[in-house]
Amino acid sequence: MIVLNNLHKSYVTGNNSLHVLKGIDLEIHAGEFVSVMGSSGSGKSTLLNILGILDDYDEGDYFLDGKKIKGLNETRAAITRNQMIGFVFQSFNLISFKNALENVALPLYYQKVSRRKRNVIAMEYLDRFGLKDWADHLPAELSGGQKQRVAIARAMISKPQVILADEPTGALDTATSFEVMQILKEVNDQGITVIIVTHEHDIAAMTSKIIRMKDGIIGETIINGDLKMYREIIRSENTFSYV
Amino acid sequence: MFDVDIWQEIISTIRKNKLRTFLTGFSVAWGIFMLMVLLGSGNGLQNGVREEFADNAVNIMWMWTGKTSLPYNGLKEGREIRFTNEDYDFLTIRAEDIDQVSSRFYLRGDITYSYGKEYGSFSTSTCHPSLLDIEKIKLTQGRFINDLDIKELRKVIVIGDEIRKALFKEEDPMGKYIKVGSVPFKVIGITLDPGTDRNRQAYMPFTTAQRLFAGGNRVHNFTVTTRMVSSVKEAEAIDQHVREQMARRHDFDPEDNSAMGSYNMLTDYIRTMKIFQAIRLFVWIIGIGTLIAGIVGVSNIMLILVKERTREIGIRKSLGASPASVIRLVLLESVLITTVAGYLGLVTGVGLMEAVNFGLEQMMAGGGGEQIFFRNPTVNFSTALTATAILIVSGALAGYIPARNAANVKPIEALRDE
Repeated sequence: MIVLNNLHKSYVTGNNSLHVLKGIDLEIHAGEFVSVMGSSGSGKSTLLNILGILDDYDEGDYFLDGKKIKGLNETRAAITRNQMIGFVFQSFNLISFKNALENVALPLYYQKVSRRKRNVIAMEYLDRFGLKDWADHLPAELSGGQKQRVAIARAMISKPQVILADEPTGALDTATSFEVMQILKEVNDQGITVIIVTHEHDIAAMTSKIIRMKDGIIGETIINGDLKMYREIIRSENTFSYV
Repeated sequence: MFDVDIWQEIISTIRKNKLRTFLTGFSVAWGIFMLMVLLGSGNGLQNGVREEFADNAVNIMWMWTGKTSLPYNGLKEGREIRFTNEDYDFLTIRAEDIDQVSSRFYLRGDITYSYGKEYGSFSTSTCHPSLLDIEKIKLTQGRFINDLDIKELRKVIVIGDEIRKALFKEEDPMGKYIKVGSVPFKVIGITLDPGTDRNRQAYMPFTTAQRLFAGGNRVHNFTVTTRMVSSVKEAEAIDQHVREQMARRHDFDPEDNSAMGSYNMLTDYIRTMKIFQAIRLFVWIIGIGTLIAGIVGVSNIMLILVKERTREIGIRKSLGASPASVIRLVLLESVLITTVAGYLGLVTGVGLMEAVNFGLEQMMAGGGGEQIFFRNPTVNFSTALTATAILIVSGALAGYIPARNAANVKPIEALRDE
């Protein structure tokens, strides 16, 4: 689904050049549930932005579903994002003056789906995430968990192949965080590739592949047996447990 | 283009910022309101002054004679110059720059008009048929003097409405005979020119008067219309050229104003209209200036709006909004605010001027307002249409820079968590 070959990215500010990504090689298959970890400045957000075609890269290759993504113009990038990728953010990024239903329906608006049709579809998605009764509420009238569920519904409505989540639980309490992770797990069970950026070990432990970034390169990838061990460690460190 | 969603989006943002939208719209509405009021007032003033010229053809010219004050060609000053019927023939047939001609012969002393027991003293204008057009005489009944009246020296007369009232009261004067001095004349027409003293005047064929009142071939003055031109310079040249032609016939210096006096109204008319052209230009400049201030306001507000909505625009872009759809969102909002506000200003301005016009007309109808130099202070349809077009274009202009800024919003920057 996602293939990165020797990906480089620098930010130039004035005379200073900051080399953020220093040759990333990565392969993520369809249906994987991946977390990207790393301290701040390790380049994990930059990586996510490039994966989401919100930013371009300098060197290397990025293939999304077999298509090379490089130097797309804004309109092309917008269409690709709309069709292939769903975003979930730490601060939810719902539009404040639109109610839950309208927020969820927005990606379909940019696909030029008729108003009535997209409202029907949006209602189905809200229902699936247990928010049918909250359809006409504004974001300000929803709890954090509800907001993130609305955001996930919005990310899902355009039937993307990839969901990119940037610290999706960063603004939520522990219980709600697990609730949201459960939902993302369910999304992943439908065959959608989910990639989340997080710095919380227990959140990362819930994914099936952990990519650790360090100073602009991939430090280690934890999978399979290693991951089981990792989970044990995390479990023993925490007073709560999860199923 | 017509998309319910985009309008709903725009209306919801406007609703969120009611006061700001109102203030922005107000500056545009005020601009267009002032433009309409100024244009209307300019028009009113111009119409009022034009009305002053409306009693005569604007290219009217009068010529009369006197004694020479300058020696010319070996002839001494103090010579009396007299127009004759030959001058009339010359002016009508051969003279350059002259269009229509009417001669005039003054009757000596007061002439008493009588019908039955009624009588009164009125003035008499002896003329050729052209005078109807030259002085824009308005008939309420019958006809004016015609060529046959001139040729056959008929004793017919056209009387002003005041004379009709004085002599005939309620009776129908048409075809009746009135006595002018002791000579009976048949009434063939009635004139009515509101706002002038012509209603106490009667018109009789020039030839008849000349014969009856022993005028020989003497003509006291000429009333003519000249070639129509559009500049003061040309009008003055015509005046000069006519004088030269007459001077050659009568051997006097063309510069000698006491030998022949003349007044060419076209010069004054053009000069006045030029002033109004300048006033109108001035009004447009002020109006457009006010409008620009309003538009800059709109542009400013839209800039702030885009700034405030950076995050929202970033979200939209991450969800798949193309730059074009973002531009459309901002541009349409700007056009909507300017058009609606401008239209309200337009309607209010035009409405006010129509109300003033209505008031003025009521005053005129009531017999007052003769001295008011202000008529029909309204703005015509095409001007209003132009203003509307300017509004829509300016709305688009006002939105352009903000819209471009919005389109350039980078989602990663907009969505960065602070």
